[in-house]
Amino acid sequence: MDAQTIVFAILALISLFSGIMVVTRKNPVHSILFLVLMFFCFAGFYVMLGATFLAAIQVLVYAGAIMVLFLFVVMMLNLRDPEALEGGTSFFQTLGFVVAIGFGIVLLAFLAGKPGPGVPTFPPGEAAYALGDAKSLGQELFHNYVFPFEIAGILLLAAVIGAVALAKRERV
Amino acid sequence: MEHAAEQVHHAADTVAAAAAHAPDLHYAIWLLLFPLIGLVVNGLINRNWPEKLTGWFGSLMIIGSFSVAVSLFMQLLKLDPHHRAVNVTFFNWLNIGGLHLDFAFLIDPLSVVMILVVTGISSLIHIYSIGYMHGDARFRVFFTYLNLFVFFMLILVLGNNYPIMFIGWEGVGLASYLLIGFWWEDMSKAEAGMKAFVVNRIGDFGVLIAMFLMFSHLGTLTFSEVFPAAAQHYAHDLNNAVIVGIGLMLLLGAAGKSAQFPLYVWLPDAMAGPTPVSALIHAATMVTAGVYMIARSSMFYVLAPNAAWVVALIGGFTALFAATIGLRQFDIKKVLAYSTVSQLGYMVMACGVFAFGAGVFHLMTHAFFKALLFLGSGAVIHTMHGGLHHVNDHHTDPQDIRNMGGLRKKIPVTFWTFLLATLAIAGIPGFSGFFSKDEILAYAFMFFKGEGGLTILPYVLGLVAAGLTAFYMFRLVYLTFYGKYKGPEGSEEGLHESPAVMTVPLMILAILAVIGGWVGLPPVLGENLNKMHHWLEPVFAPSFEAVHYHPEHLSMGTEWVLITIAVLTALFGIGLAWMFYIKQGREAKPDSEQTGFAKVLWKKYYLDEIYNAGVIQPLIKTCKFFWHGVDEKVVDGGMVHGSARTVRWGGSVLRTLQTGVVGNYAVLLVIGVVAILLAVYVR
Amino acid sequence: MIMDLTVGLNHYLILAAILFAIGVMGVLTRRNILIIFMSVEMMLNSANMTLIAFSHYLENAGGMIFTFFTLTVAAAEVGVGLAIVVTIFRNTESLDVRKLNLLKN
Repeated sequence: MDAQTIVFAILALISLFSGIMVVTRKNPVHSILFLVLMFFCFAGFYVMLGATFLAAIQVLVYAGAIMVLFLFVVMMLNLRDPEALEGGTSFFQTLGFVVAIGFGIVLLAFLAGKPGPGVPTFPPGEAAYALGDAKSLGQELFHNYVFPFEIAGILLLAAVIGAVALAKRERV
Repeated sequence: MEHAAEQVHHAADTVAAAAAHAPDLHYAIWLLLFPLIGLVVNGLINRNWPEKLTGWFGSLMIIGSFSVAVSLFMQLLKLDPHHRAVNVTFFNWLNIGGLHLDFAFLIDPLSVVMILVVTGISSLIHIYSIGYMHGDARFRVFFTYLNLFVFFMLILVLGNNYPIMFIGWEGVGLASYLLIGFWWEDMSKAEAGMKAFVVNRIGDFGVLIAMFLMFSHLGTLTFSEVFPAAAQHYAHDLNNAVIVGIGLMLLLGAAGKSAQFPLYVWLPDAMAGPTPVSALIHAATMVTAGVYMIARSSMFYVLAPNAAWVVALIGGFTALFAATIGLRQFDIKKVLAYSTVSQLGYMVMACGVFAFGAGVFHLMTHAFFKALLFLGSGAVIHTMHGGLHHVNDHHTDPQDIRNMGGLRKKIPVTFWTFLLATLAIAGIPGFSGFFSKDEILAYAFMFFKGEGGLTILPYVLGLVAAGLTAFYMFRLVYLTFYGKYKGPEGSEEGLHESPAVMTVPLMILAILAVIGGWVGLPPVLGENLNKMHHWLEPVFAPSFEAVHYHPEHLSMGTEWVLITIAVLTALFGIGLAWMFYIKQGREAKPDSEQTGFAKVLWKKYYLDEIYNAGVIQPLIKTCKFFWHGVDEKVVDGGMVHGSARTVRWGGSVLRTLQTGVVGNYAVLLVIGVVAILLAVYVR
Repeated sequence: MIMDLTVGLNHYLILAAILFAIGVMGVLTRRNILIIFMSVEMMLNSANMTLIAFSHYLENAGGMIFTFFTLTVAAAEVGVGLAIVVTIFRNTESLDVRKLNLLKN
């Protein structure tokens, strides 16, 4: 039981708890706050996995920008009575619950089976921790993935324009 | 076999040599392009052109084709007689397995005769139509259809393989259908068009089967390959079932297109079309397509004498049978229609006794005088229309010869040209019909001399038919142009000669009807005077060579005897007609007074009725059974509606899943994902 | 291997699988379109985690690069998605997905 294992266990417990909270809270604002908590836990995992740059991005983009955007929307829509949204439970909701649990079981069943060939069973070396820092990731990105990177930029531009076009109140 | 193989080699050498010396005849495509231009311009572009322009444009296109045809004829004349078969390939059309077909023309003496006749007569009839169709609401459409017909007819006679020929074959059928039913407002005319189309289908079936047989046994459909192949395989195996089958199936096709017994029934009804159409399509050109095809396929018939014998019998019988019906018809065009059937029988019979050249010769002379007769009858009808219109009579039939009489004085040009054509068809020496008919009879007799026994039948049938032809044609002339006018009171004042666009073609055709036969003078007048025979000989020579068919030529004495018999028969027929209708002044009786055998003839042996009772009604009953019993109950009730009901039931069950709510679809989607994952996992 | 108390690849994968299933449950059982959206983000993140875990244990930067792009796409998706949510709310005055049954007609 080394320190890393303890940290993993704590973060895992928190993220599982907040995950359950996200999908069960009636008030979307609560869900958002739990989601932010979960994303912070994820950032912690990323650090443990050596993906320090991505951990920073996770906090900046997800926990920061995206979740703030969610909060804005919730406030902008100004739901007077968020509870009224949830009516009685329909057949499909019950079915969805069962299916989701089944889905989880199937996923775990896959993991419980014997690992296939090529799956590493040894702990990674020191080099693995250097993979995810800003320098090596940046080099990789700008050497081998320049074109996808540019495409991603265009995608973001398109998303910005799309979002503006959609959310803009049409002139009547 | 060796010998046959040698011949094939020889044929191949000939083809190669011909190719080496052949002039470039690719401009022959203009034969097709001219009518195509006319068809497209008049059919699509021309909207409000004046009649004259429309008509002359259509006519000029055909005259263009005619000049190309003349030029091709000149080109062939320059060549050595044995190299007068030029294949002009335009593009590769089909390559399917072992089947290689080019879009190509075969320009040889036979096809040149055909294109000259087709384009020449068409030109005259186009010009004539400008006058005849004057004032018709669909004047433009008429010329479009005429050009369409010429286009397909040229494809038919020019194609260098059977499928190309078949395209033309079907195309002229279409044009014929469109033109017979040109005045479709009259239901009976529309039905006549349909009848022609349907009866022709039976013949087309025969042509298709013949092509399948050829391809499966000989492996090719191109003329220049299929005939040598047939000679190679079957020259020493005469009357092989395959070749007999091909021959009979081609005969079936010819019987449909060329109106032979028992499929001739559509042709008399086809007279419902405008008269220029009857003249062009149903007398001079399209109906001769069957004769052309048999002549083109001469190889198959010499290799299958049994099939040729059937051809001769069918042709001879048709010649006689149709002539007897022609004796008792009262519609001027119906008389000519049965005469056409009879004359076509002559041509087919000629092919059956291996006188292919004589058959094509008769085809040509017949095209001249029969087109003239039809155009003349058109002029008569035109005149009668004018007369009836004069007294506002719309009930009297302008085509019924019982309403005519004495027209000789009123319309002299029409009368004289009509008379010349009648002399030609009756076989009076000096006129075109005499020479061709005489050549056919001579060959029929030669055939008898070679074979003996029952083979005298074609000669006898032909001779009797010739006598009958002379009789009914002069009956027609006497009733129409002699005696006194029998039309409604006062209409006489309105009878006028037709305009020049109509009479000038009549005169040109009259000249051809007289001198057209002089290209084929019989041997009794001198050696080598039969230019027609020598011109066509190279086409049929390979067929005769393949089986070494060299009939013994008739002696001069025999020839003279035959000619005398034929002339006497014709004169007897004319004399009889003169006695009945001029000397005794007999009048044709109205419908109600028809009795005895005359009535049977007038009713065309009740053949239409027999077909109706024996074929059409049972067919309709069978169809009704399939319609009400099988289609409505089993197919519709059981299968169509049954499957619809099943689907509807299934739909009503599955519809409960379609809530329209997006979230529910997501649930179903995940169920699918889980199912797939499980399937992977279990494996 | 699960009993091995040292943190390994499988621990991350199991955690990600459970979180993914929770996300699926959120999507399937909730009716508030915003919460469904958040559940989708949760699923996206757990997928990211597996990528990074693999990348780390296989010592291959590909997974991290992939995650980087996933993040980009997620950002774009959220932007457009929330715009759509706003539009939907404007049209239906509700965030209930049951109201989005236009597919039925």
